[in-house]
Amino acid sequence: MSPETPVLSVEHLSVRYRRGRRISNALDDVSFEVQPGETVGLVGESGSGKSTAAKAILGLVPVYAGFIYFFGTDIAHLPFKERRKTYRQMQIVFQDPYSSMNPTRTIGNTLSEPLEAFGERDHKARRDRVYEMLERVHLPPSAANRYPWQFSGGQRQRIAIARALMLSPRLLILDEAVSSLDLSVQAQVLNLLQELQEASALSYVFISHDLGVVRHICDRVVVLYRGRVMESGPALFVSGRNSAHPYTYTLNEAVPVPDPDAQQARRSVARSVTSPPSDTTKIGDEQCVFAPRCPWNQPRCWRERPLLRPAYPNGVVACHRYPEWQSEIARPEPLDAHVLPAPKRR
Amino acid sequence: MSVLTDQIVIGPASHSHQSVRLLLRNPVAIAAITFLGIVTLVCIGAPVTAPFDPLHQDLERVLSGPTAHNLLGTDTLGRDVLSRLIYGGRRSLLSVLEGVVVVTALGVPMGLAAGYTGGWVDRVVGKFAETIMAVPALIIVLVVLAVLPQNEDAAMISFGLLGIPAILRVVRSATLRVREDLYVAAARVSGLNHVQIVKRHIFPHVWGPVIVQASLFAAYALLFETGIAYLGLTADPSTPTWGGMVAEASTVIQRQAWLLVPSGTLIAVTILAFGLLGDAIRDAVVIGEGGLARRAPTSVVTKPDRAGDIAEPLNGRSGLVLRVRDLWVSTTSSAAETPIVDRVGFDVYAGETLGIIGESGCGKSVTALAVLRLLPQGLGVTGGQVYWQGDDLLSMTERLFDELRGSSVAYVSQEPQSSLDPAFTVGSQLVELIRHHQRVSRRKAWSSAIALLRQVELQNPDQVARTYAHELSGGMAQRVAIAFALVGRPKLLIADEPTTALDVTVQAEILGLLRRLQRETGMALILITHNWGVIADICDRAVVMYAGQIVEKSGIREMFHKPLHPYTLGLLKSHPSLAEPRSRLSSIPGSVPSPGSWPPACRFSPRCRFVADECLKGPIPLIDVEPGHSSRCIRVDQIFAKASA
Repeated sequence: MSPETPVLSVEHLSVRYRRGRRISNALDDVSFEVQPGETVGLVGESGSGKSTAAKAILGLVPVYAGFIYFFGTDIAHLPFKERRKTYRQMQIVFQDPYSSMNPTRTIGNTLSEPLEAFGERDHKARRDRVYEMLERVHLPPSAANRYPWQFSGGQRQRIAIARALMLSPRLLILDEAVSSLDLSVQAQVLNLLQELQEASALSYVFISHDLGVVRHICDRVVVLYRGRVMESGPALFVSGRNSAHPYTYTLNEAVPVPDPDAQQARRSVARSVTSPPSDTTKIGDEQCVFAPRCPWNQPRCWRERPLLRPAYPNGVVACHRYPEWQSEIARPEPLDAHVLPAPKRR
Repeated sequence: MSVLTDQIVIGPASHSHQSVRLLLRNPVAIAAITFLGIVTLVCIGAPVTAPFDPLHQDLERVLSGPTAHNLLGTDTLGRDVLSRLIYGGRRSLLSVLEGVVVVTALGVPMGLAAGYTGGWVDRVVGKFAETIMAVPALIIVLVVLAVLPQNEDAAMISFGLLGIPAILRVVRSATLRVREDLYVAAARVSGLNHVQIVKRHIFPHVWGPVIVQASLFAAYALLFETGIAYLGLTADPSTPTWGGMVAEASTVIQRQAWLLVPSGTLIAVTILAFGLLGDAIRDAVVIGEGGLARRAPTSVVTKPDRAGDIAEPLNGRSGLVLRVRDLWVSTTSSAAETPIVDRVGFDVYAGETLGIIGESGCGKSVTALAVLRLLPQGLGVTGGQVYWQGDDLLSMTERLFDELRGSSVAYVSQEPQSSLDPAFTVGSQLVELIRHHQRVSRRKAWSSAIALLRQVELQNPDQVARTYAHELSGGMAQRVAIAFALVGRPKLLIADEPTTALDVTVQAEILGLLRRLQRETGMALILITHNWGVIADICDRAVVMYAGQIVEKSGIREMFHKPLHPYTLGLLKSHPSLAEPRSRLSSIPGSVPSPGSWPPACRFSPRCRFVADECLKGPIPLIDVEPGHSSRCIRVDQIFAKASA
C-alpha cells in the first residue's frame, strides 16, 4: 500500500510455549505492518498474546514460525549478538515503571546504559545526552542523581520513555505503558508520546487493553484473541461501533463510558459478554477460537477456521458471519435485563 | 502545552546503605564483628601481641593453670597457652580464609552462570552440584592428606571445593528470581551484553545471600579445620594449632581440666560469632529489601472535634446506613503526626452506591480502611466519628466491632487472591466462615457455600469449591471474594477498586453482578475507583477526593454534566474517550502532592488553571453550592458561571 518500506512488518508470526507436555499457541499466524510515524495498537484481553508479540519482536522469546522484517530485513532468526544491533533502533517501555528500573542504580546510570552498551565512551557526551532526554520528558537535570524510588509512578514512566529514546530509535514498543498510571498522569504521558512522535517520525506499537486510550492514540489497531488476529484496520473503524468482529464489539461494549446516561443505555443493550473460558478449555486448531463465547456462532464456526478477509476500507476480519451478524445485534431494551439467551454450546 | 513541574520526594538512602545501617544497629552483629575483628588483628600481629615464643618450653611450669606470668596457664611442656592460641589462630584463620575464598570464587560464578543462562549450563552445573553433595567430604579430605601429608592448604582448598554446592544453589535461586525482573529485560533491550547485565543488574541482588552463606561457611570451615588438627593430620605436634591444643588438653583432662578451657572456648565462641554474623546479615538484607507491612487493629486516639463539615441534610430520605463525620487519619509512627485523610464526611443510604473517586495518594483507600478499623500499622484515626445506626464505630470495643465487621459491613479488595488462604480450598474456607456466623452443620454449611458461589454467577460452583486460590482466574477470584463478603448478609459492602486488575469484559460482569446483588439484597455499596466509567456505570452519588479532602460531592449526573470543582473538571477532561482522537488531552499539570507537603490554602491551587489570590489566603471549606451538590472551591461562581447559566 505504502510507497515507503514499513518500519516493521510481522508476517505469519507464531510463538509456542511448552508447558509440561502441553503446547500452547501464544501467537498463531499473526501479521501486521507499522509505517514510519504510525501508531499501531495491539488490543486484547489478558492471555491474548499481545505482550508475547512485543517480546517476539524484541527477540526475548523464540519465534516458532514466521518472519519479522525490520526495515526490510528479517530479524526473527538472528542470533542474540546480531539481534543486539537492532536495539539501537527499536526500544520498549514496560507497563510497570516500578520493576523496570534497577533500584540500586541512579537514574543517570540507568539512562546512560544504552549509550555505554553501544560504545559511547565519552563521559561528558553521555551526561549531556542524559540531561537532554530528561528535559525532553520534562524532568529536571537533578533527577539524574536520584534513585527510582524517589519518583512517582508517572515520573518513572517518563524516565522509562527517556531511557527508550536515548539511542534515538525509530520504533518504540509501549507494552501497557500507561495502564498503571492515574488518569491525569496518563494524559500527561499520552501527550508526551504524541509530542515526541511529531518531533521525530517515531513509530509506536501501542499494546493496551484499554480501548478508550487505543482509540485516542492509534492510527491502526490489531485485535488479538488467543494468539490469533480477529480483526485489524483503521482505529476509527475497529474501536468504534462499526467493528467487524463480534469479539471487538464485545470489548468495545464492555468499556464503561464516563457518562451516566450513555452508560445506562449501553448497559441495557442486551449483554452478549461472557467470561473468557479457562485456559484448560480445549479449543481445536480448526475452528474459530472465539466461537465458545460468541453469541452469533453457527455450526460452521466450530469446524472451520475463519481466514482473514477484507472488511471496511483497509481492514481485515476473521469471521465467517461478517457482516450479517451485525444485523442481529439486539435492540436496546428498556430495562437492565439479560435478555439474550446463553450462547449455544456444542 | 503541558508544563510539568516536578518535585522529587526525598527519602532514605539506597538499599545497600540501609542494610549496612540496619546491621550496625543490631547489637549481636556488632558484638560478633568486634570479636572477630579483635581475634583477627591479634592473630595477625602475633609476633607483637603474643607474650612468649609459642615453642619455648619451661618444664618448671607445666600445666600451671592461669597465673600472673602465664595469663591462660601453660601446657604439658610448659609452653604459654595464650601465645600458642595467638600463633595457632594464624593458621586456623588462614585456613578459614582459604576455604571461603575457594567456595565463593568458584561457587558464585557457577551459580550466576547456572541461574542466568539456564538450559544445558544449568543442568550440567546442577548435576555437578549433586555429585559433589553425594561425596563424603571428610573422606575426600583424608585422601588428599594421604597424598599430600600434613598439607593443610590442600586440605582446606579441597574442603572449599566440596562446599561449592551449598553456595551455588543459593546464588542460582537468587539469580533466577532477579532474572525475571523487568529491568533485566530492559537492560537486554538497552543492548548490554550478558557480562554487563550480570555485573550490573544481577550481582548487586545476589551479594547479600552470598555474604550470609560465606559467613556460615566460615563457621563450618573453622569447625572442620580444628577437627582435622585435632586428629593431628595437618601439622607436626609441636606447631601450635587450635585443634591440636584441644587434642593435647584431652590427654591430660584428668590432671588439669583447665587446659581445655581456653582453646575450647575460643573455638566455640569464634564459630558462634561467624554463625551469628551470618544470621544478622541475613536479617539486615531481608529487611533492607522491603520489610513487611503488617496489618493491626487501629489504635483509636480520640481528640476534641475540630471544625467540621456542614451537616448534610437528610433530604427526607430514610435508611441511613453509615454516617462519617470529620474523619481524620494521621500517621502515628513519627513524632509529628502527618494527616493522610482530613475531615472527610459522607452518608450512605440503604440500597445506594456511593463512589469515591480520585488519584492514588488522595486517601480513598485509607478512608475505607479507617471505617473498617483495618488501618495498617503506623496510621491511626485522630478524630471524627463513624456512625453505624446510631453507634460510633470508632469508640466501639474490639469485640463488638468484630461481630459487626463481616456480618453488617463487608469488604472486597483489589487483590482478591491475597485474601484467600492458598493452603485450603475455596469451599473449606467458605464453610469455616459460614460456621463462624451461623451454628450449622458442616454439610449444611457446604450446601450454603455452593449456593453462595452460584449466587455470584460462577458456572461450576461445585468444581470451584474444590479448587485452591491460585487456580482461580482474576475474575473468578473476585467473584469468590464477593461470595465471602456475602456470607454475613452485610448491609454495607465496601469494595476497593474491585475491578481494576480485571479485563474490561470481566469488569462489566462483576459490575453487573454487584448491581444485581444490590437489587436483591438492598445492601449499600461504597465503591472506590479511579475509573470514571465505573462511576458512571454503577454509582448513584460520588465524592471526589484530592490530597486527603473531599473536594466535591454530588449525584453522578450533576458531577458528570456540571462539575463544580476544577479538579473534577480536569480529571474528567483527561479521559481519552471525551477528547478528539489524536488531539492533545487536557491534562492537569504536576502530580498529587504527598501527605505532609499539602499546600496550606487550597490544596489544588498549584495545579489549578483558575487560581487567584483569594485561593491562597487560607483553607477552603466545603460549600453547598446547590442542594446535594457541594464543592471545595471558593471561585466556583466565577469559574462555573457559564455552566450554571
